[in-house]
Amino acid sequence: MRRLTPYLLALPGWMWLAIFLVVPMAAMASVSLQTGNAIDGYAMTFSVSNYTDALGRYSTQLVRSLLYGGMATVAMLAIGYPVAYWIAFKGGRRKSVYLFLLLLPFFVSFVLRTISWNFLLADNGILFGTLKGWGLLPADFHVLATTFAVVGGLTYNWLPFMILPIYVALERVDPRVVEAAQDLYATRAAAFRRVVLPLSLPGVFAGVLMTFVPATADPVNAAILGGTANTMIGNIIQTEYLTNLDYPTASALSFTLMAVLLVGIFVYARVLGTENVLEAAAR
Amino acid sequence: MRGIRTGDRLLHIWTWLVIVWLSSPIAVMILFGFNDKQSKSNTTWQGFTLRWYKELFDIADLTTALRNTLVVAVVSTAVTVVIGTMLGLALGRHRFRGLGATNFLVFAAISTPELVMGASLLSLFVSGNVPRDSVTIIVAHVLFSLSFVVVTVRARVVGLDPSLEEAARDLGATAWGTFRQVTLPSIMPGVAAGAMLSFALSIDDYVVTSFVNGSTVTFPLWIVGAVKTGIPPQVNVMGTLIFGIGVLIAIGNAIAARRRT
Repeated sequence: MRRLTPYLLALPGWMWLAIFLVVPMAAMASVSLQTGNAIDGYAMTFSVSNYTDALGRYSTQLVRSLLYGGMATVAMLAIGYPVAYWIAFKGGRRKSVYLFLLLLPFFVSFVLRTISWNFLLADNGILFGTLKGWGLLPADFHVLATTFAVVGGLTYNWLPFMILPIYVALERVDPRVVEAAQDLYATRAAAFRRVVLPLSLPGVFAGVLMTFVPATADPVNAAILGGTANTMIGNIIQTEYLTNLDYPTASALSFTLMAVLLVGIFVYARVLGTENVLEAAAR
Repeated sequence: MRGIRTGDRLLHIWTWLVIVWLSSPIAVMILFGFNDKQSKSNTTWQGFTLRWYKELFDIADLTTALRNTLVVAVVSTAVTVVIGTMLGLALGRHRFRGLGATNFLVFAAISTPELVMGASLLSLFVSGNVPRDSVTIIVAHVLFSLSFVVVTVRARVVGLDPSLEEAARDLGATAWGTFRQVTLPSIMPGVAAGAMLSFALSIDDYVVTSFVNGSTVTFPLWIVGAVKTGIPPQVNVMGTLIFGIGVLIAIGNAIAARRRT
């Protein structure tokens, strides 16, 4: 009985993951190789034409998604690293207050936050409308429906996920190590570059992983802030599945997206070094 | 020395700028829940009113959507906490065949993009002719919350001293008694954190739900559907109330945790 305990404990959760994660992936793989339509039904033909068709039609959106996701991730890193650094080393007793303030957006629905941005950035809304009224901006100035709005929205929505892991990594750095570097005549910049930065890389890795994947696959920001010229692959997959009911194309696109993201993570992991990856994955 | 101080001061200002940036849409959401708007759209400030708080439940579809969201969140959190705690215990405490594979599944569930998760579930439901309703939404929400509960519980279990349980057994407690009186209380903070996380993930979810909802509408889905016609102020009020309750719970938790230590 005792030897069976771990299996019995693990069984329900394991079955949930197997039935609703592994089996659906297999179902999606199978659908992506079928041909047919929603009315007459689908038949397995093992054709890769769904993939070539889908890629031919939507490669623009796929590339754009990777680009927007990448731009947002770089922006999050540039904005978030200094914040994580300051809180970890200079936050003092108020560290948890600052972290709490950074996490405030999580108490508001993701969709609602994005809509709030749409509202704030509206062409004649409270911000730009007022500035235009004062003559500080030209009348045709707009931010909505631009690349900037979408990348800004993605950056906004996942920034805390970048700051937190970097903070956790930096918080573990013993300040005495930095002092030692300075005692050994390292300049402040050199101490940062050769001591603090390498020690924070696992946090950066975890942060990039937690932000790049969801930001690239996100359909919400492009739909609410982007207008028609900034459609991302997530919007296409949603439309193909839910409006066009073109399941084979949609499945092929989903699989392609996942494969591209997996390859991206793998290449990125190789560049940064495997130890960091394992360390980040173990946490 | 002076250069160092200036650098720190700049970083301090930068941190506050980021905090203001992150909070500004929340401030707007709260403010426009009090807007006495006369026109159809709620985009310019027209005076203060509490009208939308009184008429909070006047939009029937929106109220139903909010209720659906809460029901789904409560049920899926309950299921997730039970099976996630069990799995977390198994992974943190025991060595067994398939441990590595199960750890991998848990990691895969966290790292799969929501979009792919929703799309693949829809593929399964379509292939199996499963009708989509609140049951399929709950199934999906348990799936994406499960790993988070497993990870928080496992972290707690790993830090637990096994001699406590052995002592309980030596003193004649049954296996179930040991679990209920020794193990469960000591992993409770992990279980509670996991529960709050999965509740928050559930009420917030749009992407996965949009694939598996059928004709059932949840709060986030209703809002996205209303974007084109204009968001009524009641949505702001509901968002404000959810925000307020969440913040109160978090602060209460922090105070309770401080008192314990």
